[in-house]
Amino acid sequence: MSGTTRSPLTIVVHLSVLLLVALWTLPTAGLLISSLRDKDQLAVSGWWTALSTSTQNLVYRAPSPETQVERDGKFVVAGNLMEGQQAEVSAFGFNSREPAAFQPGETAELNDGERLTVQADGAFEIVSDTRMEGTRGQRIFFTAAVPPRFTLDNYREVLSAEGIGQSFINSLTVAIPATIIPILVAAFCAYALAWMRFPGRAILIAVVVGLLVVPLQMSLIPLLKLYNGVGAFLGVPAKTYVGIWLAHMGFGLPLAIYLLRNYMAGLPKEIMESARVDGASDFDIFVKIILPLSFPALASFAIFQFLWTWNDLLVAIVFLGTGNEELVLTGRLVNLLGSRGGNWEILTASAFITIIVPLIVFFALQRYLVRGLLAGSVKGG
Amino acid sequence: MNQLVFAIVTMLAGVLACAFYFFATNWILDAIFPSKGLSGAKASQNLRTTNAIRPWLFMLPALLALAIYLVYPVFESVRLSFHDRSGENVVGLSNFFWMLGDGEFRQSIFNNFLWLLVVPALSTFFGLVIAALTDRIWWGNIAKTLIFMPMAISFVGAAVIWKFVYDYRAEGSEQIGILNAIVTYFGGSPEAWITLPFWNNFFLMVILIWIQTGFAMVILSAALRGIPEETLEAAVIDGANGLQIFFKIMIPQIWGTIAVVWTTITILVLKVFDIVLAMTNGQWQTQVLANLMFDWMFRGGGDFGRGAAIAVVIMVLVVPIMIWNIRNAMRETGGH
Repeated sequence: MSGTTRSPLTIVVHLSVLLLVALWTLPTAGLLISSLRDKDQLAVSGWWTALSTSTQNLVYRAPSPETQVERDGKFVVAGNLMEGQQAEVSAFGFNSREPAAFQPGETAELNDGERLTVQADGAFEIVSDTRMEGTRGQRIFFTAAVPPRFTLDNYREVLSAEGIGQSFINSLTVAIPATIIPILVAAFCAYALAWMRFPGRAILIAVVVGLLVVPLQMSLIPLLKLYNGVGAFLGVPAKTYVGIWLAHMGFGLPLAIYLLRNYMAGLPKEIMESARVDGASDFDIFVKIILPLSFPALASFAIFQFLWTWNDLLVAIVFLGTGNEELVLTGRLVNLLGSRGGNWEILTASAFITIIVPLIVFFALQRYLVRGLLAGSVKGG
Repeated sequence: MNQLVFAIVTMLAGVLACAFYFFATNWILDAIFPSKGLSGAKASQNLRTTNAIRPWLFMLPALLALAIYLVYPVFESVRLSFHDRSGENVVGLSNFFWMLGDGEFRQSIFNNFLWLLVVPALSTFFGLVIAALTDRIWWGNIAKTLIFMPMAISFVGAAVIWKFVYDYRAEGSEQIGILNAIVTYFGGSPEAWITLPFWNNFFLMVILIWIQTGFAMVILSAALRGIPEETLEAAVIDGANGLQIFFKIMIPQIWGTIAVVWTTITILVLKVFDIVLAMTNGQWQTQVLANLMFDWMFRGGGDFGRGAAIAVVIMVLVVPIMIWNIRNAMRETGGH
């Protein structure tokens, strides 16, 4: 099969895989690149042009006339349109109808006798023979060629001002205990289903397999009612972290039990039998032999559960709420999509913070993830 | 930060409590029915008793959680679907009759069937093609990792990624969404893709296909590698070409796995909620059942009857696959 080298077919295979990989990675790459771009550039040019100089039509409001200084009997307001950043101004104007009426270096006569000069590097001067009145600064329209600019400002902004920082902590608060707590519970149950003999075992296994596919939607309303009832009865809020940890545990258990049972059932029988001959009880066998041997399966499940709880939106907004303080990252992102729909610098940076943790987990522990997928799905084949 | 400390402390407490439960119940059981130090009939009778009780001690916490979080809600949801919005008065089948007449519900059912037709088919197809192609090239594993990667991304994160791809600017101004940029580059005019009725469903499906292809690829790739070398060699000797081997030898041998992948993605599609909520929230005729159910759960203070009824519809759609899964599992574990 792989003996064919350098045939035209092989080249076609290489090219098609390359195309598919590009299709699958470019959307994410675009997000990452955009999140690092200057927000003014991001708004007017595609991320694939991020490395080229972009031509932008910009507006600048000069400092208010109150900042004018007297120089040689004239009154001057001066500054730089680019505020210190590099750019090449190619045209300017003082009127939104003719934003590119003048070339850099020319002097524009403003309506009230003031004169505006803009240099190619963005330096400008408004000069008047008389003291300038008013508090609002002159608007200056200009066209500039701006070199590519990359910045972490977008991240700084979303982490502080948009509440992503708080949500990040909330997501961690939800995901870590929701990942760890079910493991022991599931492991004991899986051992009983794999290696202990009792009536009804086959039915229980069938029930677990059935529960694997029960839609979450079935659980939402009854549990919401239950939580409200318990909250009212105990005099505590209905939406708490404890509530969501338990919910995630309940929803994750079928997969956990199923994965671990399959794995444990595949362990060699002889180990258990010889331990039993030596007088070990089921409890000893489980704790001292099965649990350590099952580490790969435990890791697989932990990764699944972490990705699922971190990426979950539905359980979080139903059982933890949508208040500003308790929103998890996915919930916050949905809110931002509504409120900051056009601000791609906010959305891309927020989205990247949301997906970076699972991506790190994915790349670091991919081996276990694949193993878990295979154990959980390849059956009947 | 305090909250994180609280979480970790609670987590440790929870794990310790579980460990304590298992240890303590086990110890108590052995103390009540000792088998060591006793002789003969008494010891073996105690051993039988503990062996009958111990599995249930091991399973109790898990079974309790399953019962509260999954089994009870299924019955309660069915019960609530025959009740009114508050869940107090029985209204018979009227929630289901309401559904039949509701345009939004029919729209959701229609869209769900579209999703069911397209997403599992294309994800499995791409997964199979990529699995077969990457097996033949030296950088196949890198390619697989990159295609598998979206699997780790949340539906909401993926929705943002693709909303950016579909971004629309009025004709004439520079497009910053790559799809419209490509369209305008080839002389077309830009479209607001996700507001285009009917077709926008497919633009939403692309997101789930993008995520799920990696899953299909990983599983099918393992299945392809599991095909015995001899059958392939025999086919080569008989003069079969690459395509013939793929379609006539490989595919038939992995039908079972293809079916598993297909049904797994089908289940996921029935529950798809986040993508629609984040992209359109059901506007422009993209509503699906899961999002509609969520909507009714909170709409106007929450209509639990109608919400539960929609959940029951989703459940009914899942049941055939559930039965099929259980039968498969029983066949496998039958020998153990």
